[in-house]
Amino acid sequence: MTLASILIQLLNGLAAAASLFLVSAGLSLIFGVTRIVNFAHGSLYMLGLYGAYSLIEFFGRTPLGFWGAVVLSALAVGLVGILIEVLVLRRIYRAPELFQLLATFAVVLVIKDIALFTWGAEDLVGPRAPGLSMAVEIMGRRIPAYDLLLIAIGPVVLGLVWLLLTRTRWGALVRAATQDREMVGALGVDQAKLFTSVFFVGSVLAGLGGALQIPREPANLELDLAIIADAFVVTVVGGLGSIGGAFLAAIIIGVAKAFCIGIGTVTWFGFEVSFSKLTLVVEFLIMALVLVVRPYGLLGKPQAAQRAAEPAPRLQVPSWTFALVWLVLLALVPLAADRYTTILLTDIVCFALFSVSLHFIMGPAGMVSFGHAAYFGIGAYAAGLLMKRFGLPMEAALLLAPLVAGLFAIVYGWFCVRLSGVYLAMLTLAFAQISWSIVFQWDSVTGGSNGVFGIWPSGWLADKTAYYYLALVLCGAGIVFLWRVLFSPFGYALRAGRDSPLRAEAIGIDLRGFQWAAFVLVGALAGLAGAVYAFSKGSISPSSISIAQSTDGLIMVLLGGVETLTGPVVGAAIFTWLRDVVARNTEFWRAVMGGVILLIVLLFPQGLVGGLKALVARWREQRA
Amino acid sequence: MSHAILQVEGLHKAFGGVQAVADVSFAVSAGEMLALIGPNGAGKSTCFNMLNGQLTPDSGIVRLEGRDIVGLRPRAIWRLGVGRTFQITATFASLSVRENVQMALYSHAGRLRSLLSRFGAAFAAEADALLDQVGMLDQAERTCGVLAYGDLKRVELAIALANQPRLLLMDEPTAGMAPKERVALMELTARLARARNIAVLFTEHDMDVVFTQADRIIVLDRGVLIAGGTPPEVRANPNVRAVYLGSAH
Repeated sequence: MTLASILIQLLNGLAAAASLFLVSAGLSLIFGVTRIVNFAHGSLYMLGLYGAYSLIEFFGRTPLGFWGAVVLSALAVGLVGILIEVLVLRRIYRAPELFQLLATFAVVLVIKDIALFTWGAEDLVGPRAPGLSMAVEIMGRRIPAYDLLLIAIGPVVLGLVWLLLTRTRWGALVRAATQDREMVGALGVDQAKLFTSVFFVGSVLAGLGGALQIPREPANLELDLAIIADAFVVTVVGGLGSIGGAFLAAIIIGVAKAFCIGIGTVTWFGFEVSFSKLTLVVEFLIMALVLVVRPYGLLGKPQAAQRAAEPAPRLQVPSWTFALVWLVLLALVPLAADRYTTILLTDIVCFALFSVSLHFIMGPAGMVSFGHAAYFGIGAYAAGLLMKRFGLPMEAALLLAPLVAGLFAIVYGWFCVRLSGVYLAMLTLAFAQISWSIVFQWDSVTGGSNGVFGIWPSGWLADKTAYYYLALVLCGAGIVFLWRVLFSPFGYALRAGRDSPLRAEAIGIDLRGFQWAAFVLVGALAGLAGAVYAFSKGSISPSSISIAQSTDGLIMVLLGGVETLTGPVVGAAIFTWLRDVVARNTEFWRAVMGGVILLIVLLFPQGLVGGLKALVARWREQRA
Repeated sequence: MSHAILQVEGLHKAFGGVQAVADVSFAVSAGEMLALIGPNGAGKSTCFNMLNGQLTPDSGIVRLEGRDIVGLRPRAIWRLGVGRTFQITATFASLSVRENVQMALYSHAGRLRSLLSRFGAAFAAEADALLDQVGMLDQAERTCGVLAYGDLKRVELAIALANQPRLLLMDEPTAGMAPKERVALMELTARLARARNIAVLFTEHDMDVVFTQADRIIVLDRGVLIAGGTPPEVRANPNVRAVYLGSAH
């Protein structure tokens, strides 16, 4: 590379870093004060782009029209943020943290469909910034003037946010709440007002980040989850709650990505290394590296311990009769049901094991995973590839696939158990994304974006009912096994470690070792679910490893209720069934699902099964 | 006097340029209650954390029954027979009182790695015996998360006794308790320690507890041991009076 091309890539990276920083700063601010991991933050960014597009069309493509549209769009997104805070989140600040997460997932679904309804499914290409559409020549290369403006905007916004945080009373409150939310509450600060205002400012930053991108990137419906993954990475690398850290991390990641594109394919020692393929992974590699060296990010500090967290409730052993009744019922269904229902039930059974394995790790073991689809997807791909590329019989592929998923869990888990809380969750997301991009880009082996086709089960399982029984037996056995492990000494040790890592260590428990083993165990079983699923569909696509698949799992667990054993199964069944029914009847199934989830979140803050149990308990009390 | 369980010689620890603990040496014998006292910031916690493995001393020797334990992890030190209680109680909130004690017993026996046996089937009688000794047997079925603070302290004591320790390290064992409860808990500790011949090292702010329950007292001030001896000796020591009363001799 010449000096000139290095400079160009540097400028490209810095320009890309600007929006990334704005979005991440907003996310970091909101998390710092409210402790909510706002998945809908990416949706706000997306709305910023769409809003800017429409407003520019409305005002006309003049400089005033363009910049007016950008600012107005950002402010409008801020109002949307206020709406989300007041209508949804404010009602559930006392609910468990994970339930707030579920609510923000629901908001993602709703906003996606509102955007689909308003702007349609086509990509919308915005105009270039009027007056800034020319290029500036630097060292013989042409750089868009708009990019140079973006490079300047990042530090300007950083400076403004810094002034806001250090020179105003509001800023002092935000910084205080970021350090110790309860203390600020105890001092008589109106938390509701503070939270709403923080949400407004954070959302404006997201909206602005989106609106400023309109000359560079078409508005489309995939932006929400794409940018939220980037923003998570930036906030985590920079350190949660640290605006300066977000700035630094955005620059590191923006520049690293730009260089990967710029370098292209290089031959080293006879090997062709394609750096451009690394663009999808590089930020996650950086994050994994940073977290291993600095577990709280570059400029982050260890989070203040949360006081008086509600202890997790005791788990009750499901009785054998209860399990048997259900098994018999499930075994009888195909006799009465049609082919369609049998296929749907097969899906449900697979997702039930997926969801139970996720519950195992995030509930009793206390390690929330945002990337559980990694093991589901790896299991699915392993099954398909072992059969297609290695010529293994279907039965062998099905049984080996969980082991492959387990092998990956050994590697990923080794890193993950070194962290806890949100940082752990983000690292799991990173590994899932790394797996996804490998699958997505390795055309010659995985079939790339098309996936793997024609992986049908052996003859004796070709009948849908026969396959359903196989799925029921394998996944049912997996679920029963995981439940049983929860009540074994191993499972109790995990629960003990979740309750008090300090005490666990003080009575000789090698907590990391136990958590690592748990990671591998659930990874293998999620892999089994994925393998069974792959053969029931006859094909696999990269979406089985996607963020959307991971969040589906989280929704299933949280919908049913993380505090009960049966909750995740019920959640998987209801989610899968509901999605099927709604998707058959309306194009806007996401909004309907989101609405239903929000309703459940607001009515049953302990999940469906937990809520029903509470209702039954109350009913019994009244009768007694 | 019986033999020394814990021997500390020339312990040093500095944070940045600040000498937190300097040249501290002492020993605790089996069956003895040794109180480590000193004003806030004297280095008590630093000293304690170098004994339990959470901090590594810059220099100095820590011997447990003659064996050097510097550099070992907390869980390895536990395996050598050191029980701990914490200033802020640390128990497993979602497990029952009995299960909390059983967890320590399972761990002591190296039986936590089993995936398929049912937890709780073993060591129930042993757990109940320990709970009986600390007066918590009647609450064995209750979840730890709902217990009163004083009761949690007693559960912690039962957990700490589960590995038949030779040494108990108790960091502010009565912090957060009512005065009456404090004396009762330390009387109980002293009784158990003598009966089982356990060495006990504890830090404490409540001087009533210290002077009625400790066999010996050592006093730390600005990282240095300034006095040591029986309660009457320490009470009479002018250095101690200066530190606590702030008076020049």
